[in-house]
Amino acid sequence: MPVKRLRGLLLIPLLLLGGCNLVLLDPSGDVARQQSDIMIITTLIIALIIVPVLIAIAVVAWRYRASNKQAKYDAEWDHSPQLELWVWAGPLLIIIAVGAVSWIGTHQTDPYRALDRIGSGKPVPADVKPLEVDVVSLRWKWLFLYPQYGIATVNELAAPVDRPIKFKLTGDSMMDSFFVPALVGQVYTMPGMQTILHGVINKPGEYKGFSANYSGAGFTDMRFTFHGLSTRDFDAWVGKVRAAGGDLDLAAYDKLREPSRAAPVQYYAKFDANLYDRVLNMCVRPGEICKSQMMAADAHGGEAMHDMHAHDAMPMTEAPLMPSKPAPAPAASAQ
Amino acid sequence: MLEAMPHRAAIWNFLFGRLTLDSLPFLANNAEGRILLVTLAVVVIIGVAILAAITKARKWGYLWHEWFTSVDHKKLGIMYMILGTVMLLRGFSDAIMMRAQQAYAFGPHMGYLPPQHYDQIFSAHGAIMIFFVGMTYIVGLMNYIMPLQIGSRDVAFPYLNNLSFWFTFGGAILFMVSLFLGDFSMAGWLGYPPVSELQQGPGVDYYIWGLQLSGVGTLLTGINFVVTILKMRAPGMTLMKMPVFTWTTLATSGLIIATFPVLTATLFLLGLDRYVGTHFFTDGFGGNLMMYINLIWIWGHPEVYILILPLFGVFSEIVPTFSGKPLFAYSSMVYATIAIMILSYLVWLHHFFTMGSGADVNSFFSLTTMMIAIPTGVKIFNWLFTMYRGRVRYTVPMLWAMGFLFTFTIGGMTGVMLSVTPADFLLHNSLFLIAHFHNVIIGGVVFGVFAAVNFWFPKAFGFKLDEFWGKATFWFWLVGFWVAFGPLYVLGLMGVTRRLSHFDDPSLQPYFIVAAFGAFLIALGILSFIIQIYVSIRQRKEYAVGGDPWDGRTLEWSTSSPPPEYNYAFIPVVHHRDAWAAMKKFGFTRPRGGYNDIHMPKNTPTGVVIGALAFACAFGLVWYIWWLAALSLLGVIVVSIVHSFDYHQHHHIHADEVRRSESGSNQAAAQGASA
Repeated sequence: MPVKRLRGLLLIPLLLLGGCNLVLLDPSGDVARQQSDIMIITTLIIALIIVPVLIAIAVVAWRYRASNKQAKYDAEWDHSPQLELWVWAGPLLIIIAVGAVSWIGTHQTDPYRALDRIGSGKPVPADVKPLEVDVVSLRWKWLFLYPQYGIATVNELAAPVDRPIKFKLTGDSMMDSFFVPALVGQVYTMPGMQTILHGVINKPGEYKGFSANYSGAGFTDMRFTFHGLSTRDFDAWVGKVRAAGGDLDLAAYDKLREPSRAAPVQYYAKFDANLYDRVLNMCVRPGEICKSQMMAADAHGGEAMHDMHAHDAMPMTEAPLMPSKPAPAPAASAQ
Repeated sequence: MLEAMPHRAAIWNFLFGRLTLDSLPFLANNAEGRILLVTLAVVVIIGVAILAAITKARKWGYLWHEWFTSVDHKKLGIMYMILGTVMLLRGFSDAIMMRAQQAYAFGPHMGYLPPQHYDQIFSAHGAIMIFFVGMTYIVGLMNYIMPLQIGSRDVAFPYLNNLSFWFTFGGAILFMVSLFLGDFSMAGWLGYPPVSELQQGPGVDYYIWGLQLSGVGTLLTGINFVVTILKMRAPGMTLMKMPVFTWTTLATSGLIIATFPVLTATLFLLGLDRYVGTHFFTDGFGGNLMMYINLIWIWGHPEVYILILPLFGVFSEIVPTFSGKPLFAYSSMVYATIAIMILSYLVWLHHFFTMGSGADVNSFFSLTTMMIAIPTGVKIFNWLFTMYRGRVRYTVPMLWAMGFLFTFTIGGMTGVMLSVTPADFLLHNSLFLIAHFHNVIIGGVVFGVFAAVNFWFPKAFGFKLDEFWGKATFWFWLVGFWVAFGPLYVLGLMGVTRRLSHFDDPSLQPYFIVAAFGAFLIALGILSFIIQIYVSIRQRKEYAVGGDPWDGRTLEWSTSSPPPEYNYAFIPVVHHRDAWAAMKKFGFTRPRGGYNDIHMPKNTPTGVVIGALAFACAFGLVWYIWWLAALSLLGVIVVSIVHSFDYHQHHHIHADEVRRSESGSNQAAAQGASA
């Protein structure tokens, strides 16, 4: 594959620099790899013009130094239509090329787009369902919910190799950026809003994950480990989390979201089925009006909202957003 | 919402708002407190020494009459440059502290700064470097050079120019006060919510009001310059005969007028959220933090072009002068400047591709961003072809221009990389991004300012700057820059993100140590610059030059150095681009008689007074001292109204006086021709 060879070319000088782990140039997940390839290809296209320009500057600067009386001196020469045409056309052509790559690449690796391949020439097998992970960024730790398995973890993420992952992400109160460089490019997590990210990991291993957006004093320690595991190891890992016990109900979550720094890894064998939706709609605590309800009410001119306040007739737990079982509204931690 | 007041008698709360003894961080018995105490001691000692020296030399009257109340664009330009240099020292101290922390804080070592302090430092570093170093420097340069270049005697609104300076100065002082009174924002240089909404205490309020003051000053400057350029050019100077620096000043001022109101409005809304409990940028209650991020970048991206465009103008003056040739493709240069100005409004979203806007929106902003590389590339080529078939003299300004061409071009390349959305998803917020924007801001703005200072210093003061220390400054900065930011590019590709105050992975440490060494080299560069100024002042007789020391091409080189208060005894008539080069070619001689009285604006203390009142108002708002804020705001209004009834804002310089000063300048100019 040509990109591979190009990657090798680009790596040589950088390896000389330190022989370090340049994860962005050699990621282990297919989407990150495509993004990295696009970065390398576009860099090389730009280099087509930048490198000759740098050389030309050096050559011209040396040749036309004042002490070199051999060089031609033309004090009147200040324009040339042909040359000016090329001066505009050169950068334009390069940018058309880079722009085309960016346009295609932006759509191909759009985080919202479900994966259709797990690697180059490897489409997603028909019987494989993506692993779903709901991500909540807290001050300052990461909560991962696995609705298909009913388990939840703090500051540790795991996924089977070669199985597409669909992340739904939101923030509890801060704006963070969910980033596992080896897996896939980052996406912001924002309170009251949801972003989506698709990725797949192709090599087993332990990878670094962190928040790439500053969110206050504990941001530095907002790291987690991402485990790429074989299917068997992943099942074992799920078993381990289940065995650890613990129930992340709404009250437990309300405690968990207290700001803390360098929080240890935590496992929960189960979590409140409405937890993610409630976090997303900013109504974890009893009595808080869900954003979705408020917006629905606003859409009706605010009348419904008025009623809600007036009669207190619509307990949160029966919100249309959450048709399943009414969540047990714990009395803990009112305002 | 307003925080609770401290528990003490109501009268104290009325008088001092939320200001208490606990607001003095240098009294705290910890590492931060001690650092601040030492800093305070140094500042106080230096400050007292300077004040004592001024008093002893009986220079207060001189400073007041000749400088503080001056409406002369040249003096204001010099005051901006001095303010910029002082703030550079402050911003750079922050940089050194960050580099030291990141080089040291690995594994068990937590470094010497707790996160709360480190976060204030990077927030202050960014805000100071952009608003009070970059902006101050470019406004100073434009102030000094542009009116001379267009053959004008001053700007269109001289009093407003003085007022702008004191607004900027007030903002800078407010930032400095935050060092010793209370704390500073921990929300980054752009004050993103929710961090900026949640931080208690006066820190974010210092940030808001400091920027509001300087923002008003900058906006007034922009208006002033646009009117000056459009209305006050010398006869014959059509738009397409203007020097390129004046063109870039026009473009930058246009951008200022269009974007600074957005900054003011955005910070005002943030202020409302903090002071009266609105919810513009909170989540829930109908607010949205994404709105702040969009608004701040709608100002913020044009802002970086506001910073760089005047320096493109500087290089467009320096490269032709020292190549002994006109600028290659003048009209291309002008159109490229205008293209950059327009495109800079259309790219703001590239600062947050990762917010989840969807592929079509991201693609659009990716393309507009890349398109800026086209006119910028054209400019690089034009400078290259200006040197082509020239006789290039490697003076200090030209060295900076060469350093710029290499460094900025590489910075442009990494910029295009970041504009490619898929690559940005990997590189966003990484140290690669940090390296990129320092690459263009140091390689472009800072190098440009040093080039300009070395180039125009002889014009402003009548003597050249020392070559040796000028070259030392250049090499320390150039090498220092690459040693400091080369490792950051590599760290970025290793997936290291910005604003971290502590690291676990020891394999990263060598890179940070090298980067810290680079910052040390830059420190030597700054030191060399100060030595350069000192040595040159000591040897000013030896380094004295006439009006035209570099064989210049534009009108400012046709006057004496320094120029007289009125710039031109006779307003020049312009027939050609590079008007002075043409005048020299056609054997121009300076007129020796026939002088008239010259009508000039008179100095006024109003700018200082309004600046001081505005500062007091901002200070009152930061500390909830409402009586102070209200009274000083009232004062601003009253003084402005009173000033507008002063009908004696002008004076005449008599023809005799002009004759006296011109005969002196003629000698100086003749000397310049032989120099």
